[in-house]
Amino acid sequence: MNIQEIRKDFPILHQEVFGHPLVYLDNAATTQKPQCVIDTIRHYYEKDNSNIHRGVHSLSERATKDYEATRETIRGFFNAKSTKEVIFTRGTTESINLVASSWGGANIGKDDEILITHMEHHSNIVPWQMLCERTGAKLKVIPMNEAGELDLVAYAELLNERTKLVGVVHMSNALGTINPIADMIQQAHQVGAKVLVDGAQAAAHIPTDIQALDIDFYATSAHKMYGPTGVGVLIAKEALLNAMPPYQGGGDMILMVTFEKTQYNALPHKFEAGTPNIAGVIGFGAALKYIQNIGFDAIMQREKELLNYATKKAQAFAGLKQIGIAKDKACVLSFVLDGVHPHDLGTILDHEGVAIRAGHHCAMPVMQFYKVPATARASFSIYNTEAEVDALFEALEKARNMFA
Amino acid sequence: MFSLGDLYKQVIIDHTKTPRNFGKLEPCSHDAEGFNPLCGDQLHVYLQINDDNIIEDVKFEGQGCSISTASASLMTENLKGKSIDEFKHMFNAFHEMATADMDTPPDEETLGKLAVLAGVKEFPSRIKCATLCWHTVKSAIEDAGEPARTE
Repeated sequence: MNIQEIRKDFPILHQEVFGHPLVYLDNAATTQKPQCVIDTIRHYYEKDNSNIHRGVHSLSERATKDYEATRETIRGFFNAKSTKEVIFTRGTTESINLVASSWGGANIGKDDEILITHMEHHSNIVPWQMLCERTGAKLKVIPMNEAGELDLVAYAELLNERTKLVGVVHMSNALGTINPIADMIQQAHQVGAKVLVDGAQAAAHIPTDIQALDIDFYATSAHKMYGPTGVGVLIAKEALLNAMPPYQGGGDMILMVTFEKTQYNALPHKFEAGTPNIAGVIGFGAALKYIQNIGFDAIMQREKELLNYATKKAQAFAGLKQIGIAKDKACVLSFVLDGVHPHDLGTILDHEGVAIRAGHHCAMPVMQFYKVPATARASFSIYNTEAEVDALFEALEKARNMFA
Repeated sequence: MFSLGDLYKQVIIDHTKTPRNFGKLEPCSHDAEGFNPLCGDQLHVYLQINDDNIIEDVKFEGQGCSISTASASLMTENLKGKSIDEFKHMFNAFHEMATADMDTPPDEETLGKLAVLAGVKEFPSRIKCATLCWHTVKSAIEDAGEPARTE
């Protein structure tokens, strides 16, 4: 894997910020887009723009073909059983809301329990809280330890016949922890619970085989996988989707409408009301092919190397405390620095050209657990280099000196 | 181009490291909480306002970044002995300073030492850090009952 060649694929990286070369280390928030994704979207608007599934003209047929081809690309990428199981959404958040609203509304009652983990993103907390408020079900939380690893003993004790759904993040955006979802899914299935895996953070870094893992509901977003914003996917077992009521009503999700009765369309269209983000979906397909061309073996090896390099530097940096030191983690370095608030770090580093995230990372319960208001987070991707990690720590040194 | 020195002036660093009037004020006549949900800044202000509407004492506690801490510290120093009308005037001048065009000079006559925070307007993502304490005092005085927010 040639990093310099990969960097050439990402035009945005080649710019200066405040007179310094841009060092983009906010990949957990969103990744940058390779030229092939930008070109694909541009091509769609320049040559093929039209509405899908309804035109008999050439443009609509081309757009429909590319849109549906992406469904197959996604199916293959995550090894879903069928393209009927692949539903396009606005992103992970909408995918989870779809499940909470449609499946949850039909299957969750007063005495049921929904089990999530302490390290969920707000998008895998709030929809379930809302469902619990509507139905009277209970929301329970799997605790974690100081390292940022789930307490699996507590998990086993929390699981019971009232547990109807387990919501778990594959990889924590705030800590970098990779959760043992294979075992967790197996245990959940033993008590008859369904499992929703939030793959937003993991999907660009770890391969996910939905059939092998036996995942019931899987949600992820294109923009964290080098694809465009505003598009994502819900992949769910066909039998579950068939039994679920539609999420939104409108065009494309119907077969026949009269004022008396509407007959819904078959999967996957039943859950895709309205004109979707066609360009976004097609761009998503190009992004997945980009990842496939590099391959997960190379990606994982490289990102591990870089995280190890950064972690060693972090351990040697006086006054720096890492937040999240799970044994199994990927490409996120979350930390606090004595005497300098993360928000100030964000501003000071920006003036050195280094883009990091400072804040609660949409995971406030994680901040509450570590009793910090916020953390600084550097998150890495395939195009980051050791020299960029060095630039990060040089900038941190400057910040530390400023407040010394 | 803006330099970091425009924001992190020595006075600000000093107030960050040793905030003035930090702690709880007991008893107090007014108090309120303020949050900046974007970055997790959280502060509580306490005021003792007498029958003549004069702020006799003011203190704050909480956690936040350098800009929010220094801004609250500087604010407390400048509010003691001021009337509520004077506070309102200062609130407006501070808000104007933090959000005005780059070329508009701050109202130094009203703001005095607080003008040191004028640099925040060059850092859009940090303006709310500087204004949080002012919104919180306003909410305490107006007895809004709800925490002040910058969002």
